[in-house]
Amino acid sequence: MSGSSKYQPTSPVGKWFHERLPIVAFVKDHAMDFPTPKNLNYWWTFGGILAVMLVVQIITGIVLVMHYTPHVDFAFNSVEQIMRDVNYGWLIRYMHMNGASMFFIAVYIHMFRGMYFGSYKAPREVLWMIGVIIYLVMMATAFMGYVLPWGQMSFWGAKVITNLFSAIPFVGDFVTTWLWGGYSVDNPTLNRFFSLHYLLPFVLAGLVILHIWALHVPGNNNPTGIAVKGPQDTVPFHPYYTMKDGFAIVVFLIFYALFVFYGPNYMGDAVNYVPANPLSTPAHIKPEWYYLPFYAILRSIPDKLFGVIAMFSSILILLALPWLDTSRVRSGNYRPIFKGFFWVFVIVCIALGFIGSKPPEGSYVLWGRILTAYYFIHFIVILPLLGLLETPKPLPASISDDVLAKAKLA
Amino acid sequence: MKKFATFLIAATALFGGVAMAEEGPTPAKGISFSFEGPFGTFDRAQLQRGYKVYKEVCANCHSMKLLSFRNLADKGGPSFTEAQVKSLAATFKVQDGPNTKGEMFERAGLPSDRFPSPYPNAEAATAANGAMPPDLSLITKAREGWHGTFNQLWNGIGGPQYVYSVLTGYETPPADIAKEKPEGKYYNPYFQAGHWISMPPPLSDGQVTFDDGAPNKVDDMAKDVAAFLAWTAEPKMEERKQTGFEVLIYLAILAGLMYFVKKKVWAGVAH
Repeated sequence: MSGSSKYQPTSPVGKWFHERLPIVAFVKDHAMDFPTPKNLNYWWTFGGILAVMLVVQIITGIVLVMHYTPHVDFAFNSVEQIMRDVNYGWLIRYMHMNGASMFFIAVYIHMFRGMYFGSYKAPREVLWMIGVIIYLVMMATAFMGYVLPWGQMSFWGAKVITNLFSAIPFVGDFVTTWLWGGYSVDNPTLNRFFSLHYLLPFVLAGLVILHIWALHVPGNNNPTGIAVKGPQDTVPFHPYYTMKDGFAIVVFLIFYALFVFYGPNYMGDAVNYVPANPLSTPAHIKPEWYYLPFYAILRSIPDKLFGVIAMFSSILILLALPWLDTSRVRSGNYRPIFKGFFWVFVIVCIALGFIGSKPPEGSYVLWGRILTAYYFIHFIVILPLLGLLETPKPLPASISDDVLAKAKLA
Repeated sequence: MKKFATFLIAATALFGGVAMAEEGPTPAKGISFSFEGPFGTFDRAQLQRGYKVYKEVCANCHSMKLLSFRNLADKGGPSFTEAQVKSLAATFKVQDGPNTKGEMFERAGLPSDRFPSPYPNAEAATAANGAMPPDLSLITKAREGWHGTFNQLWNGIGGPQYVYSVLTGYETPPADIAKEKPEGKYYNPYFQAGHWISMPPPLSDGQVTFDDGAPNKVDDMAKDVAAFLAWTAEPKMEERKQTGFEVLIYLAILAGLMYFVKKKVWAGVAH
């Protein structure tokens, strides 16, 4: 968004303020007048949903901290105190706990939407890469948050994940000890995770501002993937998308509320209602559902160091996605072969998640390896080759043309 | 869209099929409780009976540290009266102190006291029982009756059913397994950590006499105490479901309004 603003202060106070800090104009330009493609479908509402979820998590989190005690002897009971004795503590705690899962459901849909419609392609590479970093910070934040109730899976999850760093050659043990703040997962670990869990959401908020900034330079992608040709292709963000996003947000909140009120522990692990015990290892240590695909990749590689490398690569490879996909056509709607491979990839990710939830035995190991291989092949082989081999369908001349053609069909 | 639907069906079939084949302990008996479902509430009389089973049987070895006597009078719980809680708390001996002379002393329990534990520490509890009897405050949330992503979504996690199944699940071990019987353990296929449990069968028919004259076979007492422990683990369940219903009505109306406003806003724009 550049050029002159539509905001013209009328009152003397408004003029005085505008000359000194044009923040009202800024908000009007970016949150109200911003020209947005008029053909965005509901998959595009997840950006707004994510912003709402971040705010929900920050607010509920701040209230939880007022009652939580970050100490190995008191953490578990202080969470139970919140559940039992704090007014509406159960609500705040269940909202925060399930909010994390909802945040990840929304972010996965948001990411897959970007992948299908080629939202990572020029000129939106930086926008996409900031998104990948947001996702990484989210994962770190959620991981440290899960440790705080100090249940069995909090403790053993923290132990397994921090132990991964010991695979680093030469300095591994040193790094692990440094992360723990001691020689095992203990009170110093809990304290630093608490500190960082409070800090990182604000880092996320900052990254989200960068993400929106990087969005507002080229403007939104859209389901056709073709660029906006003029004002006839767009509508102002407000009221068109404030209403559409608003409606989607409320529907998402209904989905969220169903879990908070009627299945608050469904997404979690029952073992985490047993206080942490360093002397008793749970039968199956597994992370929260949103990490399971990566956990499956980690365990599919027989070597610890290479497993860790594979796991981190599986996320970091997303940073290279804009250059791995060689097709100039953004939207999957016009790429018949890509479309099939996209859905196969989605299913592979879900299947990896399923494998991650299972003990690494029998056929799960073999399937884990096949799916892990496919995950990387999708990025390194399929996407680069598809762009060169596939013949895309003819693109519409403009967003308006496409919209009108569809209206005629209907 | 058609392709998407096909994939969804394929994925559901694939994972539904795999999810059926679960391993681990025998799934808990699928009995139903009054507090299940979106409108389910606790049966007050059942919770009061369950409390009696807890006090006369379970409390001999198991602690329940997160509960105070006063909780028994809380809304959405067993609904004992304040007076009942007072006299019931007084039947417990509680350690207090130090007094002005610096000495610890024993006194009768008050409603504000936590339930006292039967053993002074985990080591004493383990030494007396051969294994640590777990704290019961959260037991129905800390155990799963069955597994499976879809199974738990439709049927719940099954914690209360797990407790019921363990209490009623003592069996004569099959001949081939009986040979492996460890010293001082009992065969119980529902027990989550292998089939051998250190707890002797805790209930026998007619063991606890209920004030309301309700049946007191092992099966009845197990059900009552499982319901009581479901309440101790989730004392705000009724408030939660009630609030949830109100929140959902509010959100549904709001969503409807938003939808029509959105439709009206977009009416003039082809999109």
